[in-house]
Formats: sequence, structure tokens, C-alpha cells
Amino acid sequence: MEQEITLKKESQPLAFLKPLVVKFTPKFQKGDIISSLKKTGITIVSILLFLGLWHLGSKALYNKEAAYKIEKALTEQGQAAADAERACIASGDSSCQPNTLPSPAQVWSSLQALIADHKVITADKAAFVEKMAETNIKLVEQGKDAIVYTGRASFVDIVLTSIKTVFAGFLLALLIAVPIGVIIGLSPSLRSAFNWFIQVFKPVSPVVWYLLVFMIVKTLYIGDSSDNAFVISFISVGLCAMWATLVNTAMGVSSVDKDYINVAKVLKLGTFQKVFKVILPSSLPLIFTGLRITLSVAWMVLIAIELLAQSQGLGLFVWEEFQNGANDSNAKIIVAMFIIGIIGFLLDRLMLTVQNMVSFNKNEGV
Amino acid sequence: MAYLELNNINKTYGEGENATEVLSDINLSIEEGEFVAIVGFTGSGKTTLVNLINGLLKPSSGEVLFKGEPVVDTSHERGVIFQNYSLLPWLTVGQNVYMAVKEAFPKESKSTLQQRVRDYVDMVSLTPAINKRPKELSGGMRQRVAVARALAMNPEMIIMDEPLGALDALTRGNLQDEILNIWSKDKRTALLITNDVDEGIYMADRIIPLKPGPNATLGPEFKIDIERPRDKTALNDNPNYKKTRNAIIEYLMDIGESRKSVSQEEFVLPEIAPKSFVA
Repeated sequence: MEQEITLKKESQPLAFLKPLVVKFTPKFQKGDIISSLKKTGITIVSILLFLGLWHLGSKALYNKEAAYKIEKALTEQGQAAADAERACIASGDSSCQPNTLPSPAQVWSSLQALIADHKVITADKAAFVEKMAETNIKLVEQGKDAIVYTGRASFVDIVLTSIKTVFAGFLLALLIAVPIGVIIGLSPSLRSAFNWFIQVFKPVSPVVWYLLVFMIVKTLYIGDSSDNAFVISFISVGLCAMWATLVNTAMGVSSVDKDYINVAKVLKLGTFQKVFKVILPSSLPLIFTGLRITLSVAWMVLIAIELLAQSQGLGLFVWEEFQNGANDSNAKIIVAMFIIGIIGFLLDRLMLTVQNMVSFNKNEGV
Repeated sequence: MAYLELNNINKTYGEGENATEVLSDINLSIEEGEFVAIVGFTGSGKTTLVNLINGLLKPSSGEVLFKGEPVVDTSHERGVIFQNYSLLPWLTVGQNVYMAVKEAFPKESKSTLQQRVRDYVDMVSLTPAINKRPKELSGGMRQRVAVARALAMNPEMIIMDEPLGALDALTRGNLQDEILNIWSKDKRTALLITNDVDEGIYMADRIIPLKPGPNATLGPEFKIDIERPRDKTALNDNPNYKKTRNAIIEYLMDIGESRKSVSQEEFVLPEIAPKSFVA
């Protein structure tokens, strides 16, 4: 019986999807259905409970502010004004509504408004592109720049910008932190050389990172009128978030099991082979733990940095809505909050799946 | 000139006041084709001794000579089977062996190397498990992979550091026979470190006890005059076997006793009286 040796890590191109497939292939048994129903039931109950408490809380706040408004009208302008105010609030007219924590229903309708708005803007954009198509062809023929749509961004565009920023920042963190982490993990003297650097810069706040990056990028872009907000924000996000990966990589590399090092020595692996065949694979679990922290930190600091950098993402959206103070602004802020939370959760799940795929039990070889 | 020679080896860990001398005054010479077993208590410095011979450690004083040349580094000529298998968990059985073979024969073509991997995996009868990861294997199978990995590099000398220590008695017996088979097939030199006197007698030409550390040193050697191939069941009735076994065990018991009497210390016990929590 002839067996093929698999010398590549995975023989099938899609083998890395296997755990996912297994995870999502339902294997139904009677007990499973009951226990999963129970789990889902508990989750639904807790969500309903949360929504209920939220609704009651926002109602209480609404009533408090409404009572204050009527009271104020009464003391300042008399009974007639107070009655008018009361009638106005009761009618639901947007001009006199108390501006406080929005209720779940308001947030839901804001979300729908944002989606409708997105559809309108998308249609606008398509129409604009169609209208300008001929003109643009002419412009390009004349060697001029084509006219692009510069209307306001829709909510979906804003979310996509934020995700793009986070991923660019994450990639930057990965490209900086992993190689440096490996190098300082390998050499104890470099480790002590870099230690003060890491200790000093790790606790620096996102705002300060932004300012630092702004100082540098502003000078680099001098004389260039193009928008550098995206560049500044993704670099700031990357620098802010990379420390967990740097520290974890250095630790993983420096604490490789002595048995594996002995194997590398006995087999007389060269330095390159030793790093890539023994040290890196064995520190992968720790590196991925670091990357997971980095991704969640990146998503967390994103809001503050986008706000400062005026990058068209969720951070700026939240800030502009707050400054705007329109009737549904508060509800839109809450929508953004949920979107941020849910995307953060999905990103973390994504990283966890990848981490589980590359991890192995430390004692498996022993 | 002996094949492997250890001259007045001392090995000290730590420095200054914290220094502990683990091995002192070790002298050993092994001839080509010989099977030597070193038997000692746990913690007597057996692994240190192995690492000195395979080149992972350097002696504090004295020298290790391999074919007349001082050992300064590890070498493909001396294959090592570690006590705890030390397989790389992210590689399959085939990949673990392939990694070693590729380093040992850098000039060979890929298909030759793969054939070699298959041959050696087959030799330890693990062909069905060649694409499995170590975690999917039992302890005995893992150790067989480690044996295949060490032997596939075609070393002139096999150094085994308690290779079967963690295995159950049945697997142990099987692997002992497998190792003996391989050893006798092309008469490599072998050094076996073990804490099992019977294993030593069954497998080796000579047994040398290692006195317990610190300051461990080698005791007098015992020659095993039993014809090969040895039969495990017949061994029990062999008068020679009984005599040697008793002599070695008596020796080990004696040094164990004398060590106990040396290390007698006076401990002052603290005065403790029961305390009442009720009052």
C-alpha cells in the first residue's frame, strides 16, 4: 500500500475551510435540538428584557424632560404657553420633542431612515455617473480629470470607510509588529534595547498618536491637495493597536519550548530554517492572540481617531450627529453604536476562527 | 582509539556560590558497533550526560572525543532519540521525518528523500499514520516516529535518552525488539540511557551505572555475557542473567543507601501547639 506523503501543510486547497464546514454542518440529534432551542430561547428572552428596560428608561427620561419643558413654559410665559407646549409634545411634532435617550422604536426607525437614505444616495450616484458619462469621456480625451460624484456619503459608505480604515491599520500593525516582534524575541540584547521603547509608547493615548501622525503626514503631504485624512487615520489606528501583537510575538518567539530548539539543533537546521520551520510555527498561537487583541483595539480607537482626522467614517458620523442636534440625531448615534458593536463582535469571531485553525495544543508533540 | 571517548568530564550548572556540579570525573569509552547502556536513578544527571555527548551542552572541563575529534556541536553522525519524543506538533509524521532527512541529505532529490521517509516510516510500521499529526498518535507511536526520525538520518551512532521511559510494558517490549533489530542490521554504535536494569541487560553489551548526583560519576561496568539474539522468556532462566542482574541491583542499592547516610541532615522542628478557635 503506497501512501502519499503530504509535505505541504494542507493537501486540498480548501482544506482550511474544513473546521468551518464541520462547524456549520448541522448534526441533529434530539437532545441537540432541545438544548439549542433552550439556548436560543434564553438569548431571545435576554434581548427582549434589554429592549424592555431600555424602553422604560428612555420613557422615564422623556417624561422628565417633557415635564421640565412644560414647567418652564408655565413659569416663564404663563398657563397658555404651557398648554400649547403640552399639546405640541403630545402631538408628536418634531419641533418641540424632548431631546434625550431615544427609545428602541426611534432607533429602529432611524436605522430604516438611514437605509432609505443610502438607497436615495446610491440612485443619485448612479444617475450622476450616467449623466456625466459622455462628458467624462470627452474630458478624458482632452486630457482633463473626469468629474466624480462628490455628494455626501451614505451610511453604508461610512461603515465601509471605517472597515477599510481598520483593516489598513491592522495590516500596518501586522507588518510592523510581527517582524519586529520576531527579531526582538530572538535576541535578548535587542529585547532589552527595545524594552524602554515599548514600555514608553504602549500606554500612549490614541489622541496623541493621531497628533504625532498628523505632524508627520502633514509635512509629507505638503503641497499636495489630496485628502490625507484616510492615511492619517489608518496609520494612527495601526500604531495604536500594534503593541499587543508586538509584545505577544516577542514573548512567543522567546519562549519556544526548549525541546523544539533541541530538535532544531540536533537536526542542524540553519538559522532561516530554524526560524521559519520551528520558532514561528510554535509561536503562532501567541502571535494570533496578539493579533486578535490588536484588531479589537484598532476597532475601538478608530472612532476617536476618525473624529479627529475628519475621515468620513463612523467616528466622524457620530460626532457630526452629536453636533447637529437634529431631532433624530441621538437615535442615529445609537444606531452607529450598535453597528460598531456588531462589527467589532464579528471581527473578533473572524479572528478567533483563524486563531483556532492555526493553534495546536502545546503538549501535542510530547 | 575508541569510537567515543569521554575524558575526565565535569559539568557544573550555575556560577559562583550557586554552582552545582552535576557530573564529575566521567570517563567512558565506547567501541564501534557496541551497545552500551547507562543505568541510573532519576535526577542523577543522565540527560546532562546525553546532551554532552550529542553536543547540545559543553563540558565545564574535560573533553568528549568522537572518532578522535572533540565534540563541539551537534552532528548528523550522532542521532538522538529524546526522552519526550520532541516531535513538532504542527507537522505530520511524514513531515517530521522529512524535515530531518532533508537536513541530513541536502543534495538528494525530493523524490529520493520522500522514498526514504516512506521506508523509515514503514520500518516502524506507521505507514497508515504517515499523514497524521502527533496528537492523533499514542505515546508508543510517537516514540516510533522519533525513532524513525533519528534513524532516517542514517547516523553512525544512536544516542537514546530514556526512549521508552514513558511507555507501558507491552509497547516497551515491542520497541526494544525493534530498536535491537535496527541496531543489529547494520551494526551501528548505540548508547542507551535508562533507569530500567532489565531493559539494559536485555539490550546492551555493557551496563555502566551512573551514581546519583550531584557529583554523579560512573560506577564499575558490568559486561553482559549473553548470546544474541536474546530471548526475553529464556532470559529469566539464564544463570548469567540472574547473576548480572543481582550484581547491578545490589550495587545500585548500595550506592543508594550510602547516599542516604551521607545526606543525613538535622532538621529542627518548630514548636507547634494546637490553637483553639472556640475560645
